[in-house]
This record gives sequence, C-alpha cells and structure tokens, in this order.
Amino acid sequence: MNNAMMNRIVDALLSGAIVTIEVSLGALALAMAIGLTLATIDNLARARATAFVIRVYVEALRNVPSLTFLFLLYFGLAALGLRLSSLTAAIAGLGMIGGAVVFDIFRAGFQSVPKGQSEAAAAIGLKPLAAFRLVILPQGLRLALPPLGNYAVGLVKDTSLVAAIAAPEVMFNARQIVNETFATAWVYGAAALLYLALTFIVGQAFVLFERRLEY
Amino acid sequence: MQFLETILANLADWAPRLSEALVTSLALTCAGFSLALVFGLSIEYFRNRSAASIRLIANVYVAVARGVPILVILYLIYFGLPASGIVVSAFAAGTIGLALVYGAYLSEVFRAGLGVIPRGQREAALAAGLTPAQTFRLVMLPQAIRHMLAPLLVNLISLLKDSSICALIAVPELTLTSRAIMSESFLPLHVFALTACLYFAMAWPASLAVRLVERRLARGPTRWRQPDAEANLLVQSI
Amino acid sequence: MTDTHTLLTVDRLNKSYGALPVLKDVSFTLGRGERIALIGPSGSGKSTCLRAINFLDPPTNGDIRIDGELIGRRADGRPMTDAELAPQRAEIGMVFQHFHLWPHLSVQANVALQPRKVRGLAANEAAKLADELLAKVHLGHKSGEMPSRLSGGQQQRVAIARALAQQPKLLLFDEPTSALDPELVGEVLTVIKELANEGRSMVLVTHEIAFAREVADRILFMDGGRIVEEGPSRRILDHPREPRLRQFLSSLSLPEGRP
Repeated sequence: MNNAMMNRIVDALLSGAIVTIEVSLGALALAMAIGLTLATIDNLARARATAFVIRVYVEALRNVPSLTFLFLLYFGLAALGLRLSSLTAAIAGLGMIGGAVVFDIFRAGFQSVPKGQSEAAAAIGLKPLAAFRLVILPQGLRLALPPLGNYAVGLVKDTSLVAAIAAPEVMFNARQIVNETFATAWVYGAAALLYLALTFIVGQAFVLFERRLEY
Repeated sequence: MQFLETILANLADWAPRLSEALVTSLALTCAGFSLALVFGLSIEYFRNRSAASIRLIANVYVAVARGVPILVILYLIYFGLPASGIVVSAFAAGTIGLALVYGAYLSEVFRAGLGVIPRGQREAALAAGLTPAQTFRLVMLPQAIRHMLAPLLVNLISLLKDSSICALIAVPELTLTSRAIMSESFLPLHVFALTACLYFAMAWPASLAVRLVERRLARGPTRWRQPDAEANLLVQSI
Repeated sequence: MTDTHTLLTVDRLNKSYGALPVLKDVSFTLGRGERIALIGPSGSGKSTCLRAINFLDPPTNGDIRIDGELIGRRADGRPMTDAELAPQRAEIGMVFQHFHLWPHLSVQANVALQPRKVRGLAANEAAKLADELLAKVHLGHKSGEMPSRLSGGQQQRVAIARALAQQPKLLLFDEPTSALDPELVGEVLTVIKELANEGRSMVLVTHEIAFAREVADRILFMDGGRIVEEGPSRRILDHPREPRLRQFLSSLSLPEGRP
C-alpha cells in the first residue's frame, strides 16, 4: 500500500461520499414531503376511499425490497421510454419507499398526541384543519422525531444499493478501486468506516433536533 | 391487458427459474434469521455479563452492525476474506452477513422485550424462592415472548426484503434472477413488476400477521386475569 | 317563543354506548347568570351530560339549545360535523379535569390562541387580552412561561383564563379540581368563586360539595344516568329528600340537616 494508492482510494471514497450525501438528502426530502402530505390528508379526510388509496400505496411500497424497486424504476421505466438518470432513479426510488415509511411514522406520531389536546382545541371552536395545524401537527412532529432519525440512518445505509444502478456513490467507486488495486479489505473497510461516520453524524443531528424542540 | 398477456406468454419460461430463485430467497431468509436469533441472544447475554471488556465488545459490535450497510458487510465477507485464506460460498456469505447485522437488531428486541417487564415480577419470583433460572424460564420469558413476537416478525419481514441485497454478491436469489431474465428478454418492466409482486405476496401477509399480533396484545392478557373472590377464599383456607 | 331569561335548555338527553345507556332522559334549564352544579357518584353520567352540551360526546337523542339555538344539529336534524360545530363551540367555554393546556405553546399563547385564530383578533390585541385574563386569575407574572413549568393549580387557572378568552356565553367545568393535589385545590376554587360573583352562567361538575353549596344556585344530583333530585343548593344539601341522595351525601361524611 503506497501513498499514491492510498490517495486514490481516499479520493474515490470521498467523491462517492458526496454523491451518497446528495442521494440521501434528496431522498429524505422527497420522503418527508410525501409522508407528511399523506399523513395530513389521512388525518383530515373523512372519506374512507382516501384512506384506502393511501393504504394501498403504503402497503405496496413497504413490502417490496428497495433494490427491486430501484431496478423497476431504472430499467423498467426505460423500457417505457422514460429513461431516468441513475441519480434521479435513486432519489425517486428511495424517496417513494421512504414516503411510505415516513407516512406510517407521522401517522403514529399524530395518533400519539393525547386525545385531550384535540378536545381542548375543538372546545375553543377551532375547526379541524386549524386544530390540526396549530395543536396536533407541532406535537406529532416532535413525537415522530426519534423514529424519523432511525429512518434517516437507514436511508444513508440504503444509498449503498444505488451502486447497482450505476450511481457513482461510495460503493460504486469502492468496487472500481478494488478492481484496480485489489486492496479489497482496505477499501471496503475504509468504506465501512465512512458509513459509520455518516450514520453517526445523521443520528446525532436528529438528537440535536429533539433537544432543541423540547418543551 | 397487453401487460398481463406478455407476462403470461413468458410464464412458462420464467416460472421455473423464478420459483427456484424464490426458494433460494426464502432459504437465505430462514437461515439468516435463525443464525441472527443465535447471534442476538448471545449478544444480549454478553451485554449483561459483569466484565466490562466483554460488554464493550458486544456494544461495539452492535454499533458497527447498525451503522454499516449490509452490502459493505457482504462485500467484506465475500470479497475481503479470501485474501486471508477464508473462502465462503455466496450463499454462506449472504447468510452470515445478514445474520451479523440482524443479530444486532434482534439483541435490541430481546433487551426491550425483557426490559419492559416490571422489576417487581422478578423480585416477587425470587422472593418466593425460585432460582434465577426458574424465574427466567417461568416468569420472565413467557411475558417477554408476548412483547417480542411482533418486533421479531417485523425483523423477519425486513430480512426477507434485505435478502435481495445478496443479489449483488451473485447469490441466485429472486432479484438477481429477475435481473438476469431482464437482460435476456428485454422486458424489464414485466419481470421486475412480477418480482415485486412475488416479494409482496410473501411480505404483506406477514405484515398483516404483525398487526393482528399487535392488536391482540393491546387487548391485554386474558389468561392472567385477576383471580375471582372464590379462588381467593380457597387459597386463604389452605 | 324565546324566553330571554333561559340561556341553556337540555331536553330529554339520552346517550348509550352501544347497548349501555349512560344518560336517560336528562332535562334541565339554566337561566342567564345562573350557576348549576351537577353532583353524583362516579359513573352517574354527570361528565357525559356536561360534554354533551358542547357535543364533545354527542348525545344519541335529545336537544341542547343555547339562546334558543339548537346545538350540534343541522336544520334537517342530521348531526353537524366538527367543522360545522366550531362556531357554536366558540361561544361555550370548557375547563377540563386534566387542563389539556397545549404544551408547545407558552401560557400567553395558550390563552391568546382562541381570540387570534377563531375570533380573528390581531396578535398584539390577543396578547393584551391574554395578559389581562391571566392577571385576573392571578397569573400575570407567568405569561411567558411554558405550561410544563407550572403547578397543576396554576395550569388549571390558565385553562380557566383560556376559556374566558372566548368571551363565552356559558362556562362548563368538568371536575376542575379532581386531578389536583389537595393543597392546590383552593386557588382554583377561589378563581371560580370570583367568576361566579361576576354573575357568569356556569354548569359545574364537581366532587367539592361544600364548594357547590357556596357557589351554585341550584344543584342537580345524578345517579345511574338520571337526575334523581334537583333544587336550590342549600335545600338539597341540608334537607335531601331522595334516599339515594341521602346515601350519597352521608358517604361523603357530610352532616345531614344543618341547624
């Protein structure tokens, strides 16, 4: 292991890490947007059909492996003429599955807000939408933070799968470097450490969020 | 619909390969989960030993298993170990890798399952003269199992889905096989949609079962009802 | 023909949970400026009756009218949705047994929420109103605090200020001191008494019989979902007629028949 090789490995892993972070942030944002929107609709809508449709989406995406779904989006849509780039498919795929997971998290969070809170809101004459926005949502979000943190950590780990659809993130680059240098244990070991660092940072970020929002 | 027709037309060719692959996926899942149970129980056991160094190793293991993607661990086992002379088959690497990671998750389930039982339960048993082993077997474990059933099942479903990652170390399971079929047939949408349905058919009933278990748990224990007055009198007369 | 003295009419209220009846043909009226206390053993239906008034627990049968207006039902007789009920509820102030202050909002924000978001007051006006009401319940100095930092008695007084901020026609109290440590009960009862002296219309569900005697004009004794006896508070408590009321009062160790 000479210096030049080590530099190449570090370069490959770090540039991969940037893509990992991009995909993670993109998918997280998409998942939160989908999940929060669906959870709000689910909480306020009174039509049983709405809840059913949301349920179908959630069950479908939660019972299918991420890798299979990524393949479906990347290769499957291409056959229909919709050729997504690796990054787009990665963010869309992980984001859509994440949306289903985040929906369940928010739904549980909103249901965990004590019933007396919504009763008091109704008693002062707030309409259901306003009561949700001012009383249920803020408290539900706080309750949802710990499981959201778990999801975010899992998401960072799942980005390793997008190597399989040729996104140049950590594992993709790592595989290429191993093919050139044959320093298998070193490279994958370093990749493991990199992921440990990333997941630790994400985990701590959520702990900080939780602490800041404490009342 | 044209979509379904295409699938049906190819079914004769795809079905045998996909069924074999599905069996491999299930085998991976079962082997991985069984091994994970062993790892998980061991870790939880070691985490309660008094020696600080043993506890540290166990905790480090759990932290690493929870912070590193399964793919990296699979690569390390399948591609990294041979350099040290240890060569394992892809299936074995997949099983061990999945078990190492899920062992850590399961140890958390065991810890939570036992931790949720009120302390007084154990104290009452010991005070009545039961040995620690009897206490564990007759008082703690039965109660813990009720709480652990749902989380264990959730992890099993998750492991089934993660078994797809083993495709990336060439285990001939469902996802890899469907990818191969895609390359031959140029029908990615059909193949992967079919594969997704197959996973769904396995995972969804299991997640319904989880919800059933959780609901029955919420209803409370029906076997451990308060003894009625008559039984109380009988006990007092002895 | 609207009787201008009557504020609240409860007419043959019935409620069942499935096959289990909890309110049976409950009827009473409340005059403007009058105070009624509902007393009775646990499970007698007094809280359910109270919560039916603002349709938090909608009755199965029966009418609630405030100032002649039918509460909770549309013109065609079908029950209203929560959104439709909101304007009617805005006129009724409720104080809950467990206060239910909103923990993520400051004390002032708790009180100012209704004036701001329901009655449309500007932020600074609502804040001013909130501070005045907090001063009224002797908590002006706690305006900027978070509810979790307050004692139970203080939280309940904030809850009272919050109900007052609605400028309601009617105040409903659902066992306001039952969840409080004994030494904190007095400060809340003092505030309620002050409100009573201002001539506010109130329906009060309480276990504090001595307090009910002092503050309520009339007392309704409920048992098994029915009103068993009602009348002026002093007469009811000093000379109870119904055997079940006598039993209830003696179980509370109150001497019967004061001199």
